Amino acid sequence: MLSDVSQRHAPWSPDVALETIGAHAGQRGPLLPVLHALQETFGYVDPRAVPLVAKTLNLSRAEVFGVLTFYPDLRSTPPGKVRVQVCRGEACQSVGGHALARHATSSLGVDFGGTTADGSVTLDEVFCLGNCALGPTVTVDGRLHGRVLAPDLDLLLSNSVNNNAEVNNADVSGDLT
Amino acid sequence: MTTVYVPCDSSARSVGADQVAAAIELEAARLGAPVEVVRNGSRGMMWLEPLVEVVSAGGRVAYGPVTPDDVAGLFAAGFLDGDTHELGHGLTDQIPWLAEQERLTFSRVGLIDPLSTDDYLSHGGLFALRRALAMTPQQICDEVTQSGLRGRGGAGFPVGVKWRTVLDAPGSPKFVTCNADEGDSGTFADRMLMEGDPFMLIEGMVIAGIAVDAHEGFIYIRSEYPDAVATMRAAIETAYQVGWLGSRILGSEHGFDLEIRVGAGAYICGEETAMLESLEGKRGMVRAKPPLPAIEGLFGKPTVVNNVLSLASVLVVLAHGAQFYRDFGVGHSRGTQVFQLAGNIARGGIVETAFGITLGQMLERFGGGTISGQPVRAVQVGGPLGAYLPPAQFDLPLDYEAFAEVGAMIGHGGIVVFDDTVDMAVQARFAMEFCATESCGKCTPCRVGAVRGVEVIDRIVAGEKTAANVVLLQDLCELMTDGSLCAMGGLTPMPVRSVLQHFPEDLDRSEGARP
Ligand SMILES: Cc1cc2nc3c(=O)[nH]c(=O)nc-3n(C[C@H](O)[C@H](O)[C@H](O)COP(=O)(O)O)c2cc1C
Ligand code: SF4
Ligand code: FES
Repeated sequence: MLSDVSQRHAPWSPDVALETIGAHAGQRGPLLPVLHALQETFGYVDPRAVPLVAKTLNLSRAEVFGVLTFYPDLRSTPPGKVRVQVCRGEACQSVGGHALARHATSSLGVDFGGTTADGSVTLDEVFCLGNCALGPTVTVDGRLHGRVLAPDLDLLLSNSVNNNAEVNNADVSGDLT
Repeated sequence: MTTVYVPCDSSARSVGADQVAAAIELEAARLGAPVEVVRNGSRGMMWLEPLVEVVSAGGRVAYGPVTPDDVAGLFAAGFLDGDTHELGHGLTDQIPWLAEQERLTFSRVGLIDPLSTDDYLSHGGLFALRRALAMTPQQICDEVTQSGLRGRGGAGFPVGVKWRTVLDAPGSPKFVTCNADEGDSGTFADRMLMEGDPFMLIEGMVIAGIAVDAHEGFIYIRSEYPDAVATMRAAIETAYQVGWLGSRILGSEHGFDLEIRVGAGAYICGEETAMLESLEGKRGMVRAKPPLPAIEGLFGKPTVVNNVLSLASVLVVLAHGAQFYRDFGVGHSRGTQVFQLAGNIARGGIVETAFGITLGQMLERFGGGTISGQPVRAVQVGGPLGAYLPPAQFDLPLDYEAFAEVGAMIGHGGIVVFDDTVDMAVQARFAMEFCATESCGKCTPCRVGAVRGVEVIDRIVAGEKTAANVVLLQDLCELMTDGSLCAMGGLTPMPVRSVLQHFPEDLDRSEGARP
């Protein structure tokens, strides 16, 4: 089964948020699935969603906020157009992971966790992607890539940033017609 | 029609398996050759990925690593008839690396189309479940106990004993949860099993349900594994359709519902009580034990928590009997372990073999040295909380007790190789840094100790009062080991101490200390 990670996100809207929350509220221990769903919809969990989640799930805002801030995956600001994760686990370290991590931060000019000033790329670190015999490993927009050295990362990034620009242009022309 | 297998395993995809599959279909169409491309799991020979297999009259013939550019040449060389090519390896089953393994738990992974119920059944699927349905819960627990199967998630607790505790615990409903958080770097066996043989895990969960009288289960999969999540979700949907899940499983009185939950990037959620908190929708904070999860687990109810490989291995026990499984292994380490060879290694991947093989044999027979061609300097076994072992210890048998005796652990079976360019001070520092990042923050020795640990190592490396700071680091390790609530803080000293013990020259950088 091949996962397909789509990068298109909806702009913030309380109605869409409530609908998303409602769709996942019925299960046991719903908070994490609800927050995942919000992030999938909007690309992040907007702080404005916290009171809506709290109210629907009958939790305090502090509880929701506590969970939101505990988990590294959940972000409360919009990500860049392209999302990159560089594996910093030991298996990747053993085949040049340290150098790749340095290259990623210096070439993008951001620290891990940061987004480039033009909003094009968000760079995150991750500890193991389960690809430890084929490191160094990165993901670009949720897609796994193995045996990635600095030039490979540059290529993946420029392809992805260009693709994204094309998609956006297509959107614009679509809106005009 | 010729069947050609191209893995859909995410590791294979990470090096271009999708593009290779597409190129094969395109070339077949261009040539008008009748070819059916089937996406299988991976055989676990990662250095050969993407590994393409052609079903020939004599069996499956392997080619790899294949790039899209190789595809036209493979067709021209007659690979559809299994003919020779420079990327060819002959019959897959006869590749020594595979043939010398004892694949019990991974018997189907890489062989079958993961989501085909026909493939599953024709390769021994449901055999164990049918047997379990004819047994009492006590009999199942006893058989699993007799097999000597210990939990594969790291702690090595006997699976049958845990199940019996849940069965005997008062309270209902009871739950079965599967720990598929697989956070240890250097490990990927859970992922490959979920992507390559998802029905096996479902069958294992249903059997656990019968054994402890539970009717509801959760699989907690880390978010870093989107392919595993997608495969497991699809397999669960199919399982409901064909009556392997839901009410009246296989027409029996037993019902079982199963759901996937996805983690959110916190390593500590692999610790079983933190995982339960996370499943309940809370912060992944470790709970104090007792009570054991078997007594008061998910939503306060008796709960089985088992690793993916533990649950899958139960099928081998039930299908072939406890004695069959026991006959593999040594001492108190019975059966097979799915080892994962990773890092700087020429032939990395899945090596399933009986416990007892030495670390050195594992590295030589299967690993084939480093991929960089440099000598091996250190091997970390058992994930980020495991010890770094020097070549002098490579005669150690892979056996829980033998490892424990020298201050090391087998953990989830990850073996990460480093060559002689490694700076062991950096690795020791990383262990502390990782603990500082991933600590749940509940207890001081772990939360504060790890941060102090990083600072002290920095001072040692900077040559500041080296001897005094090494003593301080040792004291800190002792404090964390003795005073931490869970194994996150409790075991972080293991890799650090192993560096102090075996690689002190990397820490002491004062004038003249280095050879
Ligand atoms: C920090 C920490 C992380 C852990 N991560 C995992 C994990 O990712 N997967 C796992 O199965 N067990 C993990 N464990 C072990 C679990 O706490 C637990 O022992 C195990 O899931 C029980 O299943 P088993 O008996 O089948 O091994 C971890 C333990 C600790 C302390
Ligand atoms: S040892 Fe660390 S991770 Fe474990 S409970 Fe204490 S603070 Fe949390
Ligand atoms: S350590 Fe990088 S993928 Fe596992």
